[in-house]
Amino acid sequence: MGKRLNLENTIRGILLLFSTAALVILAIIVVFLFKEGLMLFQHTSVTDFLFGHKWIPAENIYGAFPFIVSTILVTLGALLISVPLGISCAVFLVEISPRWARELVRPAIELLAGIPSIIYGVFALIIVVDVLRVPFNLATGETILAASIILAIMILPIIISISQDSIDSVPRIYREGSYAMGATDWQTISKVVVPSARRGIIAGVILGCGRAIGETMAVVLVIGNVEKLPLSLLDSGETLTSAILLEMGEAVIGSLHYNALFCLGIIPFLIVLVLSMLSSRLITKRVSRFE
Amino acid sequence: MIHPNTSDKIAKIWLWLSALSIILVLLSILGYVFIMGAGSLSVSFILDMPTNNWREGGILPAIIGSLLVVIIALSFATPIGVGAAIYLTEFTKEGRLTKTVRIAADSLNAIPSIVFGLFGLAFFVFYLKDYTGGPSLLSAGLTLGFMILPTIIRTSDVAMRTVSFSEKMESYGLGATKLQTIKNIVLPEAFPGIITGIILGMGRAIGETAPIIFMVSLNPVIPKTIFGSGNTLTTQLYYLAMEGISMDVAFGTALTLITIILILNYSARKMNNYFSRNLRR
Amino acid sequence: MSKIIWLRILFLLCVIALFSGCVEDNKEEGLVIAGSTTVQPIVVKAVEVYGKNNPDLRIGVQGGGSGTGIRMVGKGSVDIGASSRELSTEEHLKNPGLVTHSIAIDCLIITLHPTNPIEDLSTQQITDIFAGKITNFKEVGGPDRRIVLVIREDGSGTRSTFENMVMNNTEVSDTALQKPANGAIRFTIAGNENTIGYLGIGYIDDTVKAISINGIPPSKENIRKGEYLLSRELYLVTDGEPTGETKKFIEFILSDEGQILVEEEGFISMR
Repeated sequence: MGKRLNLENTIRGILLLFSTAALVILAIIVVFLFKEGLMLFQHTSVTDFLFGHKWIPAENIYGAFPFIVSTILVTLGALLISVPLGISCAVFLVEISPRWARELVRPAIELLAGIPSIIYGVFALIIVVDVLRVPFNLATGETILAASIILAIMILPIIISISQDSIDSVPRIYREGSYAMGATDWQTISKVVVPSARRGIIAGVILGCGRAIGETMAVVLVIGNVEKLPLSLLDSGETLTSAILLEMGEAVIGSLHYNALFCLGIIPFLIVLVLSMLSSRLITKRVSRFE
Repeated sequence: MIHPNTSDKIAKIWLWLSALSIILVLLSILGYVFIMGAGSLSVSFILDMPTNNWREGGILPAIIGSLLVVIIALSFATPIGVGAAIYLTEFTKEGRLTKTVRIAADSLNAIPSIVFGLFGLAFFVFYLKDYTGGPSLLSAGLTLGFMILPTIIRTSDVAMRTVSFSEKMESYGLGATKLQTIKNIVLPEAFPGIITGIILGMGRAIGETAPIIFMVSLNPVIPKTIFGSGNTLTTQLYYLAMEGISMDVAFGTALTLITIILILNYSARKMNNYFSRNLRR
Repeated sequence: MSKIIWLRILFLLCVIALFSGCVEDNKEEGLVIAGSTTVQPIVVKAVEVYGKNNPDLRIGVQGGGSGTGIRMVGKGSVDIGASSRELSTEEHLKNPGLVTHSIAIDCLIITLHPTNPIEDLSTQQITDIFAGKITNFKEVGGPDRRIVLVIREDGSGTRSTFENMVMNNTEVSDTALQKPANGAIRFTIAGNENTIGYLGIGYIDDTVKAISINGIPPSKENIRKGEYLLSRELYLVTDGEPTGETKKFIEFILSDEGQILVEEEGFISMR
C-alpha cells in the first residue's frame, strides 16, 4: 500500500509540473522577447520608438508610429466588416436556421477557421488586390482595405462561434416572454436575445480583434508594406507584424535592427494578452450570471 | 414607420444572406485553390523529389518536413497537455492554481504566431543552439509544440470535466485507487475529446507559417535528422510564391495543404460523433 | 475495453515518436552554407547537382541575407557565406581573414509593366523617380499614370546595392511598396501598369519589361563589360582560403559545369 501511495505521489508531482507548463512557457517567452527587444532602448528612447514617424534601419532610426497606426486601421477595418456579418450569422444559426442549413454552415465555419493563413494570403494577393484597384481608381490595390477584408474573413469563425455559444445560452423563458407579448421573431432577436447575450458577443469580438492584430502571413502579402503614415483605408501601410516578417530575414542577428524588430513584437504581444484576459473575464462573468 | 412584419421579413433575408455569404466565401477560396492546383497535384507530385530548384518534380521534402515537425510538436504537447488536464481535474480542487493555469493557457493561445517566431529564433535557434542544432526541424517542432499546448490542455480539460461523477464514485466505491480510476474511467471516457484536441492541434501546427519561417532552409533534400534543417509545406509555399519560382508548384502545394486540413477536420468531426454516440449507449 | 487498447496504441505512438528523433543519426551536416537570398538559387541548384555525384556529403543551405551570412562565416557557425555585395569596411576590420570568391555576375534591371511605352531612362530620372520627386510617368515622356514604386525591404543586400549605385544619399520615397523577394516584385509589376521596380536579371521574363539606362540596353555583353549601370558580382565568402569539402564545392561552382548552372538560373557566368 505504501508503494502505491509513493507511485501516486510521484505521478502527482510530475502532473503538477506539467500543469504549470503553460505558465512557465509564458514566462520564458516574456523573458526572451524583452531581453532581445529592450536592448533597443539603450539607443532609442521609448517615445522616439512609439511616436517616431521614420523607420530607416540603415541609419539606425526606428520610429514605429506608422506601423502602429496601420495595425489599428487594419484591425478596425476588419471589425467593421466582420462584426455585423458575424453576429448576424450567429443569430441565424441559433434562432432561425432550419436544421439542414445549420448542418451546412457549421462545418463551413470550422473549415474557414482551419484554412492556413498563408493560403488566405495567396488568395487575397491574387484576387482581392485586383478586385479593389479598378473600382476605387487606385494606383495600387495593395491597401489596408485589402488586408482588412481578408482579416475579416479570417476572424469571422471566432466571432461567430463565441457569439453563438452566448446566444444559445440565453434562457428560453426570455424568448417566450417576448413572443407572449406579440413580438415578431426579429423584435425578439434585436430587443431581447442579442442584448442578453451581449457580454459573450463582446468577448468574441475582442478575441477576433486580438487575432486580427496578431495575424501576419495574410497581411504581409496584401498590405503593400509602405513605411509612410497611412491616412485612410485606401492607403497602403505596414503593420507591426508584417514589418517583423518582412525584415527579420535580412536583419543581422544581434544588431540594433534585430532588437528593434523584437520591440515591434512586444507591442502586439502585450495588447493581445490584455485583450485575451478581458475576454475571458467577460465569458466567466456571463456564465455565472446565468447560473 | 415600417410595419413590424415587414421589418421581420427584411431582417430574416439579411440573416439568410449573411450565412449564405460565408458559404460563398469558403467555396470561392476552396474552389480557387482547387482549380489552380488540381493540374499539378498527383501521386508523383507528393512522392517525388523536386528537380530544377523546385520548379519541377514533387514536393516530398516539404511533406516529410511537415510530418516531422508535427510529430515533434505533438510528442511535446500531448503528454504535457493531457497530464496538465489530469492534474487540473483530478488532483486539485477548483481554485487559484486551476484559474491561473487556464488564464495562462488562454493567453498562450492568443499570442500572435509571429511572436512565437521571434521567440523560437531567440530561444531555440540561438540560446539552445547546442541542443537543438540551431535552425533545425527540432527547433521548429518545439516552437509549434509550445504554440499548440494550450489547445490540447483546454480540450482535454473540458473533456475530463464532463466525465460523469457517479462513474468515478462507483470506481472508488469498488476500492479502486485514484490512478486506477484515472486509467480505467477518466481517460477512456475523455478519450474522444482528447483526440479531437490533438487533431485540432495537429491542424494548427501543420498550417502555421510565421512561427517557423525564420528556421527553415530550402535545399531540396530529404531531412535525415531532426537536428538538421528542412522545410515544411507552408514555408515552401511562401518561398515558391514570393520568389515567383513556380505558381503551378505553389498551388499544388496549397492544394495538398488544404486537402490535409480537410481530412483532419473531417476526421475530428467523425471521431467526435462516433464516440459520443458510443458513449451515450 | 477497446478504448483502453486505443489509448495504449496512442501512448505507444507518442513514445515512439519521442524517441525516433533521438535514435536517428545525429551526425553534423558536412557543409553548411548561409546568406543572401539572391545567391541562394545558384547554391541550391549547385547542391542539387553536386549532391548527385557526392551522395554521402550532406549540405545544408540556409537563407538569412548577406549580412547574416558574412557574420556567420566570420564566427565559424557556417562553412560558406553567400553575399550579394562586397564586404563592408566594418566587416573587413572585424574578420580580416575573410576571403571572397566571385561566382557569378548579377545585374539589377529597371523594370516596367509590359504595356508601358517607356524604353529608356537616364540615371537622373531614375533617381528622381525613386526619390519621389517624379510621381507620374508623363513627366518622363510616358503615359499619364501615377507611379507606384516597388522595392526590396529594409536590410536587403539588393536594396543597398541599388541605393549605393543610383540614389547617391538621396532617400528612397517612403511611399514605395516593399517586397521580401525578387519574385514578389516581378509579380507586383506584372499585375499593375503603374509600377516601376528593379529585378535581378535572373527574374526577367515576358511578364515584365526591362528597359535601358542612359541608352544602354541590359544585354549580356553590356552587363559583363560593366557598362549597364547596375551590374554587380555575387560572392561566396570563406574564413581563410578554403580547404577540403568547402574548396571542392567552390571549385565545382567555378567549373564549366557549375557555370552552366549559373547561366541556367538566369545569372551571367564569370567567363
